Amino acid sequence: MTVPEVDQSAAAEAAPAVGGVLEGVQVSCWFGARKVLEGVDIKMDAGVVTALIGPSGCGKSTFLRTLNRMHELVPIATLAGSVLLDGHDIYGAGLRLTEVRRRIGMVFQKPNPFPAMTIADNVAAGLRLTGRKVRDRDELIETSLRRAGLWNEVRNRLGAPAGGLSGGQQQRLCIARSLAVSPDVLLMDEPCSALDPTSTRRIEETILELKDQVTIVIVTHNMQQAQRVSQHCAFFLAAEDEPGRVVEQGPTEQIFSDPHDPRTADYVNGRFG
Amino acid sequence: MTMPETKVLPNPRAPEGRQPASAPAAGPRGKVPPRRRPRAWRWTDLAEIAGALGASAALTWMIFGRLLPFRVMPIAYVLLAYVLFLPIYWFVIRDGQGATAAKDRLVTVLIATGALFAFAPIVFVVGYVVKRGAEVLRPNFFTETMQIVGPLSKATEGGALHSIIGTLEQLALATAIAVPLGLLTAVYLSEIQGPLARPVRLVADAMTALPSIVAGLFIFSIVIKPHIWLQSGIVGSLALAILMLPTVTIAAEQVLHVVPGGLREAALALGAPYWRSVLMVVLPTARAGLSTAVILGMARVVGETAPVLMTTGGTTVMNVNPFSGHQDNLPLFVFTQIRSSQENQVDRAWAGALVLLAVVLLLFVLARIVGSASPGRRRLRVPRRRASRTTSDGGNPS
Ligand SMILES: Nc1ncnc2c1ncn2[C@@H]1O[C@H](COP(=O)(O)OP(=O)(O)OP(=O)(O)O)[C@@H](O)[C@H]1O
Ligand SMILES: [Mg+2]
Repeated sequence: MTVPEVDQSAAAEAAPAVGGVLEGVQVSCWFGARKVLEGVDIKMDAGVVTALIGPSGCGKSTFLRTLNRMHELVPIATLAGSVLLDGHDIYGAGLRLTEVRRRIGMVFQKPNPFPAMTIADNVAAGLRLTGRKVRDRDELIETSLRRAGLWNEVRNRLGAPAGGLSGGQQQRLCIARSLAVSPDVLLMDEPCSALDPTSTRRIEETILELKDQVTIVIVTHNMQQAQRVSQHCAFFLAAEDEPGRVVEQGPTEQIFSDPHDPRTADYVNGRFG
Repeated sequence: MTMPETKVLPNPRAPEGRQPASAPAAGPRGKVPPRRRPRAWRWTDLAEIAGALGASAALTWMIFGRLLPFRVMPIAYVLLAYVLFLPIYWFVIRDGQGATAAKDRLVTVLIATGALFAFAPIVFVVGYVVKRGAEVLRPNFFTETMQIVGPLSKATEGGALHSIIGTLEQLALATAIAVPLGLLTAVYLSEIQGPLARPVRLVADAMTALPSIVAGLFIFSIVIKPHIWLQSGIVGSLALAILMLPTVTIAAEQVLHVVPGGLREAALALGAPYWRSVLMVVLPTARAGLSTAVILGMARVVGETAPVLMTTGGTTVMNVNPFSGHQDNLPLFVFTQIRSSQENQVDRAWAGALVLLAVVLLLFVLARIVGSASPGRRRLRVPRRRASRTTSDGGNPS
């Protein structure tokens, strides 16, 4: 614990001033022979929260999972196109798979803290899992929990098992866990769908506080949430027996108030099958 | 919710004005229907069973005692009483509650009988071992060996300390060999899912049915016959490990399957290499279940006689070194004693059997406790570790 070899930890401890720029270029995805996503071009800028919306099954999660190479965990999954992180292809030879996933964190729909670990160990799990050391573990835990807006609720029971937290707290713990490895981008797949309005509000506040430090991409079915937290918005749609496509994207305000495509207007106004 | 339906319904709508006196708001409060437990046994049920049993017993006595001219074995009484009980009980219930209820009760009785038949042998075996064993089990059984005990000594003389030590050492060694291999195989089957997973699982499944004597023969012919190692505890452990391996592997694989996939994804999404996510997330999450798998494996082999018969040699003197010289163990102790023609030695074997039974029972109970108390264990253990780390971290700020 007192190992002083901490050359790279300085970077790990200090929160990056600004997140990374993530760009999907002509991304298409297949599960086996079935194409579920076609030609998606989205630029997710630093300092901007990007919302992905669309009806169920149109490929939002699939797209999100291509952004940190989780897509390939499904054995039959394939893809085309490229994903650029600050201009470098994350599927290229230059970047290691584990490094890509560390720099592009992910928060899942269902809160999934590690049940065999304490709250503090959960936050610091990313360090152990990536084999890194930091000078001051306790401080990293505190900063990460503060950034996730959970510190005040758990400061007195850091040694308690993570399973004892409420659903909303668990989800914020997962956010803290992702932040502890200092990612440049944070992907969130319906992070509030299992939560009550108060926890949802709390996580939305967290997103807004984080957005200047980390690039955030969020999938949501909640139109109000998309309007509240995002500045950029992409609408996905899959016609019957066809792969999903991005029908329209642009500033959130414009998508919701003055969409160009009638299908977008139907969807954001709730007039959709 | 549904129970007071009939009493509550008239209140708002009062279709018939059935109970004009209790119409106001205070009405339903006054006469709360009695709480019922729909599935509980009632006295009438017991009375029906008792009546039917009494009738069938009486009928049996009449048939065997008065009508038949010869005597029969007592078991025939029980059998006939049971056979007569079924139709009598059926008629009783059908009269009171209809044919459907009667059928239901009859099937219940049959199923309960089946369960009893499955349970009875265990009770008999355990009961018999306890009875015979307790007769000769004395404290010196745990402190003495058979070194100076002659064939004509009393059954309460001598002891099995050398066998108990042997059993513990051989079990520990077998565990040390089989558990790492079994866990690695389970990880391969469930986490890596390599191309060999299917055949390996098939072989492991088949190996659970491996006759234990074959394991003993195998080790005998490849270790002892070519003089690689002479008969000793460790060679017996090898044979036991072969038997333990498939049990541990299959149990551990099933445990690993239950670990939610979301946890693996969460670990990978943090940038973990696959091996670290398995080592630090999957295995610790499944810790309780894996412990159970290990204990089940131990319980599987601790009572095996055939594999150690050819491999450990067996002895009556104390040998604490499992790596050289003949060693005894409990199943072997029982085996050698019970084969004797002397009554006293046969009696002594039952004491050994009782101790062995206690060991197996202990292992199974341990497996249940470890397997079921996982949240409590976590609450007990992890915070303490964490607490000590926090204090030590706080203690040296350097
Ligand atoms: N592991 C898989 N194997 C095969 N097909 C899959 C797999 N995962 C997703 N799909 C298919 O890919 C398509 C897109 O799924 P995806 O999960 O990306 O939808 P989504 O937009 O996230 O939907 P939701 O809003 O319900 O989460 C769906 O038609 C789905 O059936
Ligand atoms: Mg989804």
